[in-house]
Amino acid sequence: SVNPDLASERQTASFSVEKLTALLDGGTEQTRIRRAVVEAIESDPVFSRENQYFQTQNERYEAAVRKAVHLQKKMHEMGWTENGPEYKYIYRALSGDVAFLLHRVFMRSISVLGSDKQIAKWIPLATQHKLIGSYAQTELGHGTYLQGLETTAVFDTATQEFILNTPKISAMKWWPGDMGRSATHTVVFAQLYIHGKCYGIHPFIVQIRSLQDHSLCPGITAGDIGPKMNFEHIDNGYLLLKNVRIPRENMLSKFCEVRPDGTYVRQGSQKINYFTMTSVRISLISDEVLTPLMKACTIAIRYSAVRRQSKLKPGEQEAKILDYQTQQEKLLPQVAAAYAFHFINDYLQELFNRGYGEIQRKNFDMLPELHALSSGFKAVITQHCTAGVEICLRACGGHGYSLLSGLPSLYTKIIASCIYEGENTILLLQTARFLIKCFMAANAGQPVPPSVTYLAAVKHGNCPAKSKLDFLSPDIYTEAYQHVAVRLTSSTAAKLQDLIQSGVKKYDAWNQCTVQLVQAAKAHCHYIAVKNFAETVEKLETKAGIQKIMKHLCDLFALHGIFSNTGAFLHDGYISAVQMDMVTASYLDLLAVIRKDAVPLVDAFDFTDKSLNSALGSYDGQVYQRLYEWAQKSPTNQMSPAYERYLKPLLHNTLSKL
Amino acid sequence: AAAMSVNADLRRERAAATFQPELLTHILDGGAERTRRRKEIEALVLNDPDFQHEDLNFLSRSQRYEQAIRKSSLMVMKLREYGIADPEEIYWFKSFVHRGRPEPLDLHLGMFLPTLLTQATPEQQDRFFMPAWNLEIVGTYAQTEMGHGTHLRGLETTATYDPSTQEFILNSPTVTSIKWWPGGLGKTSNHAIVLAQLYTQGECKGLHAFIVPIRQLGTHEPLPGITVGDIGPKFGYDEMDNGYLKMDNFRIPRENMLMKYAQVEPDGTYVKPVSDKLTYGTMVFIRSLIVGDSARSLSRACTIAIRYSAVRHQSELKPGEPEPQILDYQTQQYKLFPLLATAYAFHFVGAYIKDTYHRVSGDISTGDLSELPELHALTAGLKAFTSWTANAGIEECRMACGGHGYSRCSGIPDIYVTFTPSCTYEGENTVMMLQTARFLMKSYSQVTSGQQVTGMVSYLNDLSRQRIQHQHVAARTVTMRINDPTSLVEAYKSRAARLVESAAKNLQAELNHRKSKEDAWNRTSVDLVRASEAHCHYVVVKLFTAKLAEVSDAAVHAVLTNLCLLYALFGISRNAGDFLQAGILTSAQITQVNQHVKELLAVIRPNAVALVDSFDFHDVHLGSVLGRYDGNVYENMFEWAKKSPLNKTQVHESFHKHLKPMQAKL
Repeated sequence: SVNPDLASERQTASFSVEKLTALLDGGTEQTRIRRAVVEAIESDPVFSRENQYFQTQNERYEAAVRKAVHLQKKMHEMGWTENGPEYKYIYRALSGDVAFLLHRVFMRSISVLGSDKQIAKWIPLATQHKLIGSYAQTELGHGTYLQGLETTAVFDTATQEFILNTPKISAMKWWPGDMGRSATHTVVFAQLYIHGKCYGIHPFIVQIRSLQDHSLCPGITAGDIGPKMNFEHIDNGYLLLKNVRIPRENMLSKFCEVRPDGTYVRQGSQKINYFTMTSVRISLISDEVLTPLMKACTIAIRYSAVRRQSKLKPGEQEAKILDYQTQQEKLLPQVAAAYAFHFINDYLQELFNRGYGEIQRKNFDMLPELHALSSGFKAVITQHCTAGVEICLRACGGHGYSLLSGLPSLYTKIIASCIYEGENTILLLQTARFLIKCFMAANAGQPVPPSVTYLAAVKHGNCPAKSKLDFLSPDIYTEAYQHVAVRLTSSTAAKLQDLIQSGVKKYDAWNQCTVQLVQAAKAHCHYIAVKNFAETVEKLETKAGIQKIMKHLCDLFALHGIFSNTGAFLHDGYISAVQMDMVTASYLDLLAVIRKDAVPLVDAFDFTDKSLNSALGSYDGQVYQRLYEWAQKSPTNQMSPAYERYLKPLLHNTLSKL
Repeated sequence: AAAMSVNADLRRERAAATFQPELLTHILDGGAERTRRRKEIEALVLNDPDFQHEDLNFLSRSQRYEQAIRKSSLMVMKLREYGIADPEEIYWFKSFVHRGRPEPLDLHLGMFLPTLLTQATPEQQDRFFMPAWNLEIVGTYAQTEMGHGTHLRGLETTATYDPSTQEFILNSPTVTSIKWWPGGLGKTSNHAIVLAQLYTQGECKGLHAFIVPIRQLGTHEPLPGITVGDIGPKFGYDEMDNGYLKMDNFRIPRENMLMKYAQVEPDGTYVKPVSDKLTYGTMVFIRSLIVGDSARSLSRACTIAIRYSAVRHQSELKPGEPEPQILDYQTQQYKLFPLLATAYAFHFVGAYIKDTYHRVSGDISTGDLSELPELHALTAGLKAFTSWTANAGIEECRMACGGHGYSRCSGIPDIYVTFTPSCTYEGENTVMMLQTARFLMKSYSQVTSGQQVTGMVSYLNDLSRQRIQHQHVAARTVTMRINDPTSLVEAYKSRAARLVESAAKNLQAELNHRKSKEDAWNRTSVDLVRASEAHCHYVVVKLFTAKLAEVSDAAVHAVLTNLCLLYALFGISRNAGDFLQAGILTSAQITQVNQHVKELLAVIRPNAVALVDSFDFHDVHLGSVLGRYDGNVYENMFEWAKKSPLNKTQVHESFHKHLKPMQAKL
């Protein structure tokens, strides 16, 4: 039965949870399909994750391989196809706990970078799992800075082959998923040399393991890179190449080709490469970043409604910790952020689809804006959500520290997203470069992309708010965010120019301004997120209480951002000291308002107990019972050899020596 | 790979330092002699073949527990063999044996034995102390329950006195009352000091401590009426068997209640303890250890991140030139140097609290408890302030190491998961901040009622002076001298005063709305936490600044002054809103602060590696491939990875089990 403390939270919901779930899914039909997929996966014991917290790295890896293999069967059984509507929900239903994720990246890079002939050759083999692919880009010595990669591919005209080498230790491929133990093939990124001339980084298909007995191919050294904070189920690997020869046809050649005589031919636009990165950065937001934050919020908020601690009023029952203002101040802004970023993800998806359409028509005009937004938001969202998950973890006190709470694994997994697909600081600097460029252009009267036109239309004057209620007006706070974004961009641009005019070299000036540039890029993204949330709320249907609660969350998201960064808004007096007190008052009032809907708001994320895999976060709120029963299944509760080997002598034999 | 020379980048960094790192090490250790002794003990442990083992990262949880218990047993014997008895030296020894990690006997040595010493009667000491000293009895301290942690009064375990048999009957009446988390309880201990609500003559007398045998001596099987086990896997603390304990009508003799202070007489008459302030002492002591631990954990993370950043080259700063060390990027310096300064600041704060504690303890033995409440309030806040900051700082260090920071070989994941529970244990941080706030509110109301307050809160006296002069705090702008730490202390003082005052006023406003006291407190608690943070921040800046005066070597003084300035200015930059809103600093001054922070980064840059070398962590203790003293990072990452469990066989067994059958079928 449901814990009465949780049941009572649900009775007072101000909105329809089911309607909000449908809104998040993009329609009731989508909700139905998603639930069907989740049900099919979770009812199959092979996909169970119940024991994962007790397993070693080897066991986790083996289970992930087993699941990946079983998934093929399952998909066939269920009639799910890669192009069907169910496909996108499978990964979420598995909580990503499955091997061969890089196999898909392998296939995608061949589809995007390969010639028609290459696609025809490799894609069917990969689809049928005749081979298992990986994607080997990152090296021991270089990650985000791709030009620095050191692996070489030298063209040998005599044999019509490329000779691949990792000439030094830092050139060794390091981190690629599925490469340590599973993959038979991989796409290797290497510096291409023809007749002694370097042509830069190019992709090559390299076989690394035998298709017969899985042993390593000649010239290949590969293995697992060892334990990490998470992803124990994935065999991130290393790869050394020593004079490995591959046929000329194995260089992926949609955009560049090496002719038999060694002539290098470039065809089509290189810009498309940016587009791939953009697509990956946007696609990871939903599954890898938002889902963990939403899960963490669900766990922490349900637990906070069940956990009672200390008294708020003498003589009464101990209070739910969710009733403490400090607890609300930790958790509710995270819920608001989860919704804000869900809507920004919709915005980015839409922008991306439009961009994709343009590119199909060979129009690349949207690329710079798309690249800047996807880089900036990848950084801002991963950073914000990672911090959010950690706040949820710590808000659960001691029990949050148990793996059985589910929170440590959510945290250690999401945190990797701050690094992969582009280190966040570097991505923010890319967004900043775009902002500065657009700011200059806009000031020179040239046209700029839609998301940055605001940089040209600088308004003067200060925040017009007169009471704390004024700060619940989206116009008021959106303006404030816009003002800060413009101020930070324009002051950094001015600083850059000053430095350059005073004789500092351009690259030096840039490095001296990078701290400010990062702040400007963040402010830009924050502004767009607030603006987009406000506009989304405007368009929501007013029925079923959805718009009202989303408006509260939008306000909270915006005011939390001001409250936690008051300096930026006070700096030039745009918001005055008195107004800042109003912001704080409004912000704290909102916590009490949203508190009432806290549990329904996380219920709407619609995670099953199995997918949360948490003793603290289950729907029925039977926290303590579950924690107690689950702990007893821990392998450490089987008799350990430590007693006979060490404890017994400690307790007995050693006595004489003491 | 072992005999490689020091990486050229690190050699250059060390040669360019403007001061002698050893001198700074001596300051951190509290004198050259103490450094010598620490290193002596370090060598004793690290050269001892008995304490060698495989890299812990490759072991399962059970194996790690086994290694830890093996080393702990040896450690206890060797400590006595070597005659090491000074608490600090024991701490070093233990820390080297376990590489700064927890171990299953922690609670036996750190809580069970000391509690016997302080709370047992002489008769009880005779019965329990020597067997415990000789490890015939291994004990733990069972306080936290599933349902209650920091809020001790809520604990539900009961001990009901039965005068007919002169026994206490212990019970865990609900699921939530099951003891949960005590270290060493799951597998190791055969006794526990259990905290339970005492019932005698039909009345509840509150929490008391009882010595409870839980496992049979000899077989180590749980006793009838006792359910005990391990609570399962955690974020970290793999080698610790944190446990659960459920008691069902379990009877212990009357003499097993710790009765040095409170007593239950044979007929059930309860005798009250004299003073409860004494328990403050233990809390102050343990929280002061956490402040020191914040400093050390953050120092380790900084050592790793800064050495690695000096070795790692990436991208280009100047077109056409070789890739620069990532430590040359302003964004990287901005991430790491303020943390380095913080680590130093916390070292000095930790030392200050420890000294103050010893001084005040001296007073306690002479019956003077007057300073204890302030010290108690201060350490609660500083425990929270430093552990929160270090917790976030360790993660920033790890992130600053990019992808490789995420590998366990970096050592930072381990530092993080070991350190992060200190935000929760020994008092949940938010609750701690609110305790400090309670003291601040009390001091504030004393000041407003015309009394003077003393100690770290004496700045509040200024508030009343200003009120007499009809001068609002917000109207005063500080004349800030940006290169003078003393002047910055004043700015922090004003900020703390203003936030304390503002929280007090908001609290009063809530009370005026006819809210209950508790409700008003709750509705002001976000403000109250901010006030406590500002107070603690001021204390840290003040103590760091005060430390500078004690440093005689000019070169060390110069480099520490820069760190102190960076710490103070970075804090202003980060919390600019507080200073602006209160009118303590103008926008122009904030801009100047931001600019000066960046200038200081460049000033500190040449000494960065020497500053982490001064922490003097041995490679074995650091446990990091990225942070190795010799900087030979990549070669050793490869060597390390080859030992990974997944690499035990060339072809993983799952190939035969799963992959091959699938390929055959498709």
